[in-house]
Amino acid sequence: MGMTIRTMMRDVLIALAPMVCAAVYFFHWFAVKQLLICVVACLAAEALFTRMRGRKPDLGDLSAVVTGLILGLSLPGTAPWYVGVIAAAVSMGIGKMVFGGLGMNIFNPAMVGRAFVMIAFAGSLAASGYVAIHMDVDIMSRATPLTAHKQMGTVVSLQSLFLGNTNGSLGETSALACLLGGVFLCVRRVASWEIPAGVLASTLVIGGVANLMDLSSQWTVAHHFLGGALLFGAFFIATDPVTSPLTSTGKWIFGIGIGVLIMLLRLFSGYPEGVMFAVLLMNALTPLINRLTIPRPFGGI
Amino acid sequence: MITGRFYLVFLKRRYQKKTRLRPFSGPGTFVHGVHPPQRKELSADAPIEIVPAPEKIILPLLQHVGGPCTPLVKPRQEVSFGEMIGRGEAFVSAALHAPVSGIVQKMAVTTLPNGRHLQAIVILTQGEQLEGQELWDQLFGGKWPAKAYQTLAPEKINTAIHAAGIVGLGGAAFPTHVKITPVGEKPIHTLVVNGCECEPYLTTDYRVMVEAPEVVVAGAMLAARAVGVKRTIIGIEDNKLEAVDALRRLAAGAGIKIAVLKTKYPQGSEKHLIKAVLNREVPLGGLPADIGVAITNVATMTAVARAVMRDIPLTHRVISVTGGGIVAPKNLLVPIGIPMGELIEICGGLKKTAARIIAGGPMMGFAFTDLRTPVTKGTSGITVLTHEEVRRVDQSVCVRCGRCVDVCPMNLVPTKLALASRFKDLNLIRRHSIMACFECGSCAYVCPAGLLLVQHIRTGKALLAAERK
Repeated sequence: MGMTIRTMMRDVLIALAPMVCAAVYFFHWFAVKQLLICVVACLAAEALFTRMRGRKPDLGDLSAVVTGLILGLSLPGTAPWYVGVIAAAVSMGIGKMVFGGLGMNIFNPAMVGRAFVMIAFAGSLAASGYVAIHMDVDIMSRATPLTAHKQMGTVVSLQSLFLGNTNGSLGETSALACLLGGVFLCVRRVASWEIPAGVLASTLVIGGVANLMDLSSQWTVAHHFLGGALLFGAFFIATDPVTSPLTSTGKWIFGIGIGVLIMLLRLFSGYPEGVMFAVLLMNALTPLINRLTIPRPFGGI
Repeated sequence: MITGRFYLVFLKRRYQKKTRLRPFSGPGTFVHGVHPPQRKELSADAPIEIVPAPEKIILPLLQHVGGPCTPLVKPRQEVSFGEMIGRGEAFVSAALHAPVSGIVQKMAVTTLPNGRHLQAIVILTQGEQLEGQELWDQLFGGKWPAKAYQTLAPEKINTAIHAAGIVGLGGAAFPTHVKITPVGEKPIHTLVVNGCECEPYLTTDYRVMVEAPEVVVAGAMLAARAVGVKRTIIGIEDNKLEAVDALRRLAAGAGIKIAVLKTKYPQGSEKHLIKAVLNREVPLGGLPADIGVAITNVATMTAVARAVMRDIPLTHRVISVTGGGIVAPKNLLVPIGIPMGELIEICGGLKKTAARIIAGGPMMGFAFTDLRTPVTKGTSGITVLTHEEVRRVDQSVCVRCGRCVDVCPMNLVPTKLALASRFKDLNLIRRHSIMACFECGSCAYVCPAGLLLVQHIRTGKALLAAERK
């Protein structure tokens, strides 16, 4: 085996590489700046908070780098620098350290940080925050595909959603990159395949039903699949081992629950996107799922 | 047309081959488990060597599961080979016999690798010894006409096994006479003989099957007679096909089936072997007898044959001294009670790279440091690992990746058990059926955080036991 926490985290970093490349390709130095800010801030926050707890900080396990990268990839490139720093501080502090550090947290740290800044800096992060008309990267002057659809009924082509030349958070725009990295994670068994399978299956079913009920809609189930943070969330955010259930059955329940919540939020709420809230809600249910899915011991009834 | 017929013949052949390899009802494997590096090649081809009687023999009074024996000898008393020197008073206990002739010394206290401090009888070797080829001929050589014993009353076989102090030689050292005594109304229908030896490195059962198949088969026939079963199956993993070949003809002649199983750890666990061979599950907290199965190890069968047919008690056993840290890995026939350090010397001593000495195999064995520790009835090997072979992971924290859940052969949640044990949460311990864990170590083997899961679970079990009192 030879698998250690460090090699697991290293595999996640390798899997994130396609998304980082896509982000840099589409958003140029906005992506570089945002990712650097988040990673450095997360490392600094981890070191600071661990020291405050009276322990020696261990940055070598790379977990802070992973959190920083995922956080950066879930923010828009145009977000001001302090948003990334505050999100990183909240991620590591409130998301992770208050629970006792690595392995003890209930909620996905990156999503805790993102949720905080999303509400605190609604102006620079909610739907309108993604549109930056004066920027020199032309895709940033558009709304994100999901917002454009929700507010104006505009439909972005599937090809753009698949390749990623559209606006959105840094890591989510390219479905191709997400699939590449995600499949690598599942093959290496660093991510449990049951979780993305559950998310995608339930999205497919609900999206499909919604699609069938309104056949005239241009926004098909395929758009749901490739657009927004669905693939990024399914493969990289939901699969955080610490905040997802332990058993195979539990992982299915968790994945399906996330998929259902995403589709409910997308179809019926005021938000165009629901991945972050869906994951956080299911994180809260994880201890309960663990308790309800204790496997039957060999020879037990 | 012709091609079609050839294809039919081909299919038929393939079907026959498949069914010939699997003349048993089980799936040939079990769910979960791990594939640690086998490293059996280190000692697999080394023929069993006979170790001469050492100067001193140390025999702890409790070498088995159950009650300790009562010493029957006094200091300065003379004993001869095979003489009973300790009696098992309880039903679940086993007698102790002198493996050498000599003079009894003062009682000593010895510490076994599992941490138990025990009273021990010490014998200083003196006079004529049964050694070398003569010893081999007595224990394994000659003819073993077990068919002639098929009219012997089952009780007589049982008494002989009880008197010979035979315990399971696979490692757990459970008294054999208890295993093959039919209990109550539950009829036993199958005897499963365990030739899996799933523990990495060890090759003792393998060597015994290859070098003394006749004794194994004879013992199996006698044990079957004692429990009164019609069906006997020997389970062997498919990394030991030479042993299968050695046993096949003899077993067929005795009406014994051989089940070739897919190599996987811990197949040698009796519950998992029964699952692989018979597709039956031993109920949680129950015994194989509850589903009509008796199960013993192949080496134990040789001891049974010896006790019944030649009236020789359990005084010697075969053990592997192996691992990357041993100069010349070997399989040895040794008197029980010989200090382990002497065996390491016989195998050329330790290499400079040796890092850890383990009694047993690397998965379930116990590391120890005192080379005067004696071989007991349950010692199946001495494994010396090098720095490279010892998996060194700095302990970090559980990230709940669930790998331990994916490999646990008992289908438990090891990380929860370990956590509950660490925090002394008895409710959680109970909810997760801690007692089902038989400490195979698969979870610790795969844990990316390098957690000592088995040690934590052991303390949890102790907590539960203390609370029940």
